[in-house]
Amino acid sequence: MPIQVRIPAPLRKLTNEQELVPATGANIGEVLTNLNTAYPGLFERICDESGNVRRFVNIFVNDEDIRFLEEKATPLKEGDEISIVPAIAGG
Amino acid sequence: MSEQQTFFSNLKCRECGRLYPKEAIHICEFDFGPLEAAYDYDLIAKHINRDVIASRPQTMWRYRELLPIDGSPTVGAQVGFTPLVRADRLAKHLGVDELYIKNDTVNYPTLSFKDRVVSVALSRACELGFKIVACASTGNLANSVAANAAAAGLTSYVLIPANLEKSKIVGSLVYGTQVIGIEGAYDQVNRLCSEIAGKYGWGFVNVNLRPYYAEGSKSMGFEIAEQLGWKLPRHTVIPMASGSLLTKIHKAYKEFIKVGILEEQPFSVHGAQASGCSPIAEAKKKNSDIVKPVSKPDTIVKSLAIGTPADGYYAIRSMNETGGSADDCTDEEVIQGIRELAEYAGIFAETAGGVTVACARKLIESGKIPRNESIVLCITGHGLKTQEAIHGHCGEPRVINPSLREFEALIANDAAVLQTQN
Ligand SMILES: Cc1ncc(COP(=O)(O)O)c(C=O)c1O
Ligand SMILES: [Zn+2]
Repeated sequence: MPIQVRIPAPLRKLTNEQELVPATGANIGEVLTNLNTAYPGLFERICDESGNVRRFVNIFVNDEDIRFLEEKATPLKEGDEISIVPAIAGG
Repeated sequence: MSEQQTFFSNLKCRECGRLYPKEAIHICEFDFGPLEAAYDYDLIAKHINRDVIASRPQTMWRYRELLPIDGSPTVGAQVGFTPLVRADRLAKHLGVDELYIKNDTVNYPTLSFKDRVVSVALSRACELGFKIVACASTGNLANSVAANAAAAGLTSYVLIPANLEKSKIVGSLVYGTQVIGIEGAYDQVNRLCSEIAGKYGWGFVNVNLRPYYAEGSKSMGFEIAEQLGWKLPRHTVIPMASGSLLTKIHKAYKEFIKVGILEEQPFSVHGAQASGCSPIAEAKKKNSDIVKPVSKPDTIVKSLAIGTPADGYYAIRSMNETGGSADDCTDEEVIQGIRELAEYAGIFAETAGGVTVACARKLIESGKIPRNESIVLCITGHGLKTQEAIHGHCGEPRVINPSLREFEALIANDAAVLQTQN
């Protein structure tokens, strides 16, 4: 089973409206780079000019925020599910 | 009010400034920056002044040119204009000269400042044609969405952490809303809602309607300025969850200056959080603008328990720009803060109010708020909603038989009675 990436609504124009796309890579950084080959432009939406994940983007691996893991170096294995989620206001 | 349309022109990305149409969208496609309402301030300056505002009904909608809807409000037209109370006894207790409470514990209809944001979000939801509205909530927002949606005849879904205070759960259920309890912390509820909002096309007040929702908080700032006699308090202390309220009070003060209602004047906004979930205060205290999320919030202050605060970065910017500070307080200090506000000002606040009082005390004691300058504390929710938090911390009634002798024996040593008799 490949790694699955859940694409948020504002980025689906880049993925032909697909919500869940397969990806490969040993860590988050690699997955983002590889996704950009399949869906050009995706990387720069998620990461800033220096390659860091943008301030208002949250990335989860199997429900855990990568900021509690190893950020972009967070290792991945087959079957992992990645979610890209925009920040949300209070409640 | 067709001209209203021209006051509120667009949505605009806070990061890159790109303009977007006034739809149910909340983030920039290019950098995920939050979208914010943009106004034509020159036009607004020509339409409103102190007299025009003062002649209008006493609700938050007296500032409607600075709120992001096209027509007249259709939901929550009676919300806001809560009392600004001068609290001299509490001032003396805290050792300051001039202290006011902005008392949103009596906001209409659900006793928290969230009625302000919901009034705007749902009025806009109706303009955009939504029939189903929803929210992720730490409690107060759910109560307000449920009540205001019921009054407006909208179907509503509210998603909350399953372990919220009983009063906050009942305070949503009673309106016939669909309450979904999620086994998890608020941030997990939030994430789920972001996925649902993308899929179902509902009007989520704090997801796809966020630009409208967030602006509602400005009305608290407008009211403070007007009620103080058209001037700003030197210091405003504000509780923070996502940090949105603080940034919007700051924006309200700046807008009043921009449209000529107030003169340029110095003011500081200060943020308050509970120590068990204080990512914004922590970053601010470290003089950083990188807000490190809290993975497992642990505090009795459930209304503020947001571990990944969306507006944390901007809240820090607002504090920095105005020379403000942030602090945090323990659960014990929260309880003490609730009791002090009740005993010295006669106002029963929820846990977030305890946080505001306790952090204000710390900011005063550390000299960050000078004792001789004016201070407003934003008290944002009613204490009856979080009674569990103070159960057993404010004594028990003394129970006697209906007998005068027993009563006299009971009060024989009461200091207050002894004093009045001398
Ligand atoms: C009573 C109360 N005060 C303050 C806040 C803080 O709101 P914000 O997310 O805008 O910082 C909340 C948020 O839920 C709340 O319920
Ligand atoms: Zn942008």
